[in-house]
Amino acid sequence: MNIKENIKTLNIKKPLKLDCGKIINDFPLAYETYGSLNENKDNAILVCHALTGDQFVTGLNPVTKKDGWWSHAVGPNKSIDTNKYFVICANVIGGCMGSFGPGHINQKTNKIYGTDFPVITINDIVNAQINLLDHFGIKKLFSVVGGSMGGMQVLQFVSNFPDKTKTAVPIACTSNHSAQNIAFNELGRQAITADHNWLDGKYSLKNSVPDKGLAVARMAAHITYLSKKGLQEKFGRKLQERDDLKFGFDADFQIESYLRYQGSVFVDRFDANSYLYITRAMDYFDLVKQFDGNLSSAFKNTKAKFFVISFTSDWLYPTQENKDIVIALNAIGANVGFVEIESDKGHDSFLLDVPDFLRTLKNFLDKSYFE
Amino acid sequence: MKSEYKIIADIIKENTRVLDVGCDDGSLMEFLKQEKNVDIRGIEISKEKVQTCISKGLTVIEGDAEFDLKQFPDKSFDFVVLGQTLQAFINPEIVIKELLRVGNKAIVTIPNFGHWKVRLNLLVQGTMPVTKALPNEWYNTPNIHMCTIKDFFKFSETMNFKIYKSLALMNKNVSIIKSSNLSLKNLFCELGIFLIEK
Repeated sequence: MNIKENIKTLNIKKPLKLDCGKIINDFPLAYETYGSLNENKDNAILVCHALTGDQFVTGLNPVTKKDGWWSHAVGPNKSIDTNKYFVICANVIGGCMGSFGPGHINQKTNKIYGTDFPVITINDIVNAQINLLDHFGIKKLFSVVGGSMGGMQVLQFVSNFPDKTKTAVPIACTSNHSAQNIAFNELGRQAITADHNWLDGKYSLKNSVPDKGLAVARMAAHITYLSKKGLQEKFGRKLQERDDLKFGFDADFQIESYLRYQGSVFVDRFDANSYLYITRAMDYFDLVKQFDGNLSSAFKNTKAKFFVISFTSDWLYPTQENKDIVIALNAIGANVGFVEIESDKGHDSFLLDVPDFLRTLKNFLDKSYFE
Repeated sequence: MKSEYKIIADIIKENTRVLDVGCDDGSLMEFLKQEKNVDIRGIEISKEKVQTCISKGLTVIEGDAEFDLKQFPDKSFDFVVLGQTLQAFINPEIVIKELLRVGNKAIVTIPNFGHWKVRLNLLVQGTMPVTKALPNEWYNTPNIHMCTIKDFFKFSETMNFKIYKSLALMNKNVSIIKSSNLSLKNLFCELGIFLIEK
């Protein structure tokens, strides 16, 4: 994917040693900002996006022409109030919205990286993002906030840079991927690589797109973002623009039609190889193992104030996994608040209009800012 | 503000680490922060109340004291406060043990079921007492393990913890409970406040 005109990019000259052992330097990190940095430079919030998110958090995404992925939570007078705070969000490395990723040209071969791109980790993603603080001259963030894979980045960020943020809000996340999480990601990757248009990851050289595989990956993942109750209430067994079953394999049910639509719009905005790389980064994430089985050690040097949030109907990153983070923090006397928000919207709750969540997030941030 | 807040604040030393178990809407936490400049945390079972606490800028985790105190290391707080909720737990014994493990000292307050109004209510009406302090009916009360001030003293012997300070509250007046006046206090006071240690 080519870098588009309206994408801001920071070119990172400093070499970054990746977990896989490879060193990258002189690479682009695409980002966007909202609101303005105050004189003291103490009102910055780093927002970390999830698997298929990008730096366009709110307002109109100039590339997709749709609302930013966190428009419910970020904006003037919203939970993350851009009248008060300076919001920064970077596209993760490995992504496809301008940051260094598998769609970029390998200078050595003059060809697109594809699967020659190094496997990146959440740790690598965070270590690339820290450069934005230097770029803006920010010594310490007011907060680092993110849901799902964004929450993993929050945890990794505080662990890597314990004195670089005043507060941290990991939402609907985990300190390591469960077998079930890995299984769903593997299903998505298999769908992509089984598409004969994937061509060992070299599809863009041949003007081909593994859109069927990527769409199936998205459909499967999308189910994991919703709850059974939510799906049942929204779709049940309702039929799609027909009075009766057609005794065939078209989308008879509304849920089928909905999933197909979700798959089809996704392929227009996302790159299949990026999907492989980012899901891999999530699977490899294991902050417990990184600290020899003791998650508490990951946070022992930080004085940051944490607020962990989970959702009742999230079965992808269930409350217990979020609570494990709280337990690890309490074990070392860290400053941590926690609430499980009632919602039947599943894992996606953090992206949607869930008033209890949005209000609580806002209250936490606004109160903590003046402490 | 509940009348026992001031009494609790008087027991707690300045600049200490405090855990409020069953912190409700955080009003005691706020009061202690302001009066004693303590580093205070709360644990509360109701989601709505946790959200209220967070909106006040308080550090509170949603949880059940019967299961979730486990996560706090031994003696990680100077004081642990349990205000009028001991009687609502399924296992008050476990909760007391946990309070005394997590805190150096614990402050426990109990609504006194030995109060004369309660006794009279049962004696005269012959039905489970419903009073100003205990407004619920037997079938919907959260207070499944009511006890009297006297019971709490017996409890301390069985559970093997020491009572360092025992105060009684009657019409907003505080008095000290001694072995010589125990029966009287048990009859006339609405609330017992105890400073305990293992």
